[in-house]
Amino acid sequence: MLKIEGLTAEIDGKQILKGIDLEVPTGEIHAIMGPNGSGKSTLSYVLAGREGYEITGGTATFNGLDLLSMEPEERAAAGVFLAFQYPVELPGVGNANFLRTALNAIRRSKGEPEVDAMQFLKLARARMKELSMPEDMLKRGVNVGFSGGEKKRNEVLQMALLQPGLAILDETDSGLDIDALKIAADGVNAMRGPNFSSLVITHYQRLLNYIVPDRVHVLMNGRIVQSGGPELAKQLEESGYTAVQAA
Amino acid sequence: MPAVTETIDAVASVTEGPYKYGFETDIEMEFAPKGLSEDIVRFISAKKNEPEWLLEWRLKAYAMWLKMEEPRWPAVKYPAIDYQDAYYYAAPKNKPGPKSLDEVDPELLKTYAKLGIPLKEQAILAGVEGAGDSPSEGGRLPVAVDAVFDSVSVATTFKHRLEKEGIIFCAISEAVQKHPELVKQYLGSVVPQADNFFAALNSAVFTDGSFVYIPKGVRCPMELSTYFRINAKSTGQFERTLIIADAGSHVSYLEGCTAPMRDENQLHAAVVELVAMDDATIKYSTVQNWYPGDENGKGGIYNFVTKRGACRGDRSKISWTQVETGSAITWKYPSCILQGADSVGEFYSVAITNNYQQADTGTKMFHIGPRTRSTIVSKGISAGHGQNTYRGQVKISPKATGARNFTQCDSLLIGDQCGAHTVPYIESRCMSAKVEHEATTSRIAEDQLFYCRQRGLSQEDAVGLIVNGFCREVLKELPMEFAVEAQKLLQISLEGSVG
Ligand SMILES: Nc1ncnc2c1ncn2[C@@H]1O[C@H](COP(=O)(O)OP(=O)(O)OP(=O)(O)O)[C@@H](O)[C@H]1O
Ligand SMILES: [Mg+2]
Repeated sequence: MLKIEGLTAEIDGKQILKGIDLEVPTGEIHAIMGPNGSGKSTLSYVLAGREGYEITGGTATFNGLDLLSMEPEERAAAGVFLAFQYPVELPGVGNANFLRTALNAIRRSKGEPEVDAMQFLKLARARMKELSMPEDMLKRGVNVGFSGGEKKRNEVLQMALLQPGLAILDETDSGLDIDALKIAADGVNAMRGPNFSSLVITHYQRLLNYIVPDRVHVLMNGRIVQSGGPELAKQLEESGYTAVQAA
Repeated sequence: MPAVTETIDAVASVTEGPYKYGFETDIEMEFAPKGLSEDIVRFISAKKNEPEWLLEWRLKAYAMWLKMEEPRWPAVKYPAIDYQDAYYYAAPKNKPGPKSLDEVDPELLKTYAKLGIPLKEQAILAGVEGAGDSPSEGGRLPVAVDAVFDSVSVATTFKHRLEKEGIIFCAISEAVQKHPELVKQYLGSVVPQADNFFAALNSAVFTDGSFVYIPKGVRCPMELSTYFRINAKSTGQFERTLIIADAGSHVSYLEGCTAPMRDENQLHAAVVELVAMDDATIKYSTVQNWYPGDENGKGGIYNFVTKRGACRGDRSKISWTQVETGSAITWKYPSCILQGADSVGEFYSVAITNNYQQADTGTKMFHIGPRTRSTIVSKGISAGHGQNTYRGQVKISPKATGARNFTQCDSLLIGDQCGAHTVPYIESRCMSAKVEHEATTSRIAEDQLFYCRQRGLSQEDAVGLIVNGFCREVLKELPMEFAVEAQKLLQISLEGSVG
């Protein structure tokens, strides 16, 4: 279970998170919606441990582990996965090599044996087939020259391979075509289970037709201002955020 | 054990400490007295039982060296070297010229085992004569190795198998005895004695090195490899390598180096000469991992090396690939003289400087023959207080009609205390020639590191991965067996450079 209490954080002296309280019980998928610049990505970075943010108050634990005191790679090893809003390019680093290095790093930390190149290829190919990804994306540099949608699919592929306990998906749906959106959603739904929880950040109700969330939260100006069931997303789609503000 | 596994094992053992190769081997040494004089030159020549012409050749070099000045133009700084305060000859005692591996001091073999050198096939190690001639197991290519320990070449494996093809691969001192006509014809023909200060010094006092001759039309069936190691205290190492590829032949040669950790600086001034005749190809790869000094810049090897290849024949090709991770100071410009029509020169380089390391390295491409082509790809990585200079010269003579050069220099900076410099000299005296130069400078971005770490990679693995990606175009030129080792070395050299 992910438990966030009174979390405040700033960057370059500017306060972005102004007291976040949020609980995602194990097995549940929660959606976060909110206007541009409200702090959604900031929250995901703070949870994943990106440098540059100063945590000025509050706590965040995952299955009882104090996330905020851990290195990013330790959080990854504990099962925290972040699908980036803007996936990063790594020129010259082969996608297959990167994915296998990541997979083995996670496996090592769990005390599981590493997979060799052949085993990895088999695994990766199976996952890629499920996600309708062309195999040549394994050979290319990580995200280099990938289209916007391909980058997002590559994030979903990484999630499927690494099998995290908590997946934070930051606008993974943005840039995906209609078919890809459904495929990516299937990828997330396939992970659903008693040991998986997810925080799905999105601007669009459409995604939530495929990934039906247990809860929907509205983040505005660094605070969760409203929470509800899946119907809240539909409501927002119709009336926008100004209505929430007024409420 | 297949060489690949062996290399990987060796690599695994390397990753444990900062400079894993910093052990010393306890072997009795035989030294010439400290200092440099005509007598020392005579002593070395006598030790090696050299013919009169070679002694004369050395003495001439020595006389010229006395009149020369140390070059001051490289962008490197170091205190004056006292040439009288070093040993110019150090040999493991009582084994001046082992005939086979079983005559080799077991301590030495242990050293090479520690280094993870595929010197020994297990059977050879057990002392079985000719075991190295058996066909390769597991379908992998065997690697023939010559190992130079301080001043003396100690073992050459696979000799018999190579001899069957007419290939000569032996210590240069042995070649002087057995193939004097070849040595006499080619020694100094690419790098003349007075070429530069360090080449002249080397010509006077070189003690050993490797000699390779590939006969007409022969494709060398395996990688040839030399491992150099400086072991004794206060010794300079001055090896001399000469490779001749006769018409239509092909050879791939790999050179690796290590040295133990020491407080003082040690001088390494090697000379490598390559000659490629018509349609011949020489691929020369270096993985240089001399002791770089500690994190405060104390100690380390001065690596002042002259490497040059002559593409004498038409359609000949010489390709240099270097991965330079070690040494306190690196000063080297593996070059190609493109004489033959349609001959090709290549230079692929990765140079890392971390802590207080300094590197001034690059290449020279001399286009003389028509339609000669050259490619230069240089990847410089600076971290800590490291200073990295690419210095390259492309010279196109009036007769080199249709000559082409492409140069790409990329610098990667890690941290803000280091420096990267690119100094290209281009001189084209031929209208129809085409010269292209591209240069970039970049940093490892914070978001790249975070992306990797979010996927579970440690900071160091992340840096290693990104740096290896940056160097990919060069690393893929290395023989497969050594590419893995080189990748690990890059990462080790950068340990502690971030965060
Ligand atoms: N280095 C910085 N200095 C000052 N402000 C910053 C800095 N980095 C981010 N911000 C601000 O923090 C706020 C929150 O940004 P964040 O990326 O978390 O928004 P978001 O909710 O993810 O928006 P979007 O829906 O557009 O992705 C924005 O107003 C942004 O401009
Ligand atoms: Mg965002």
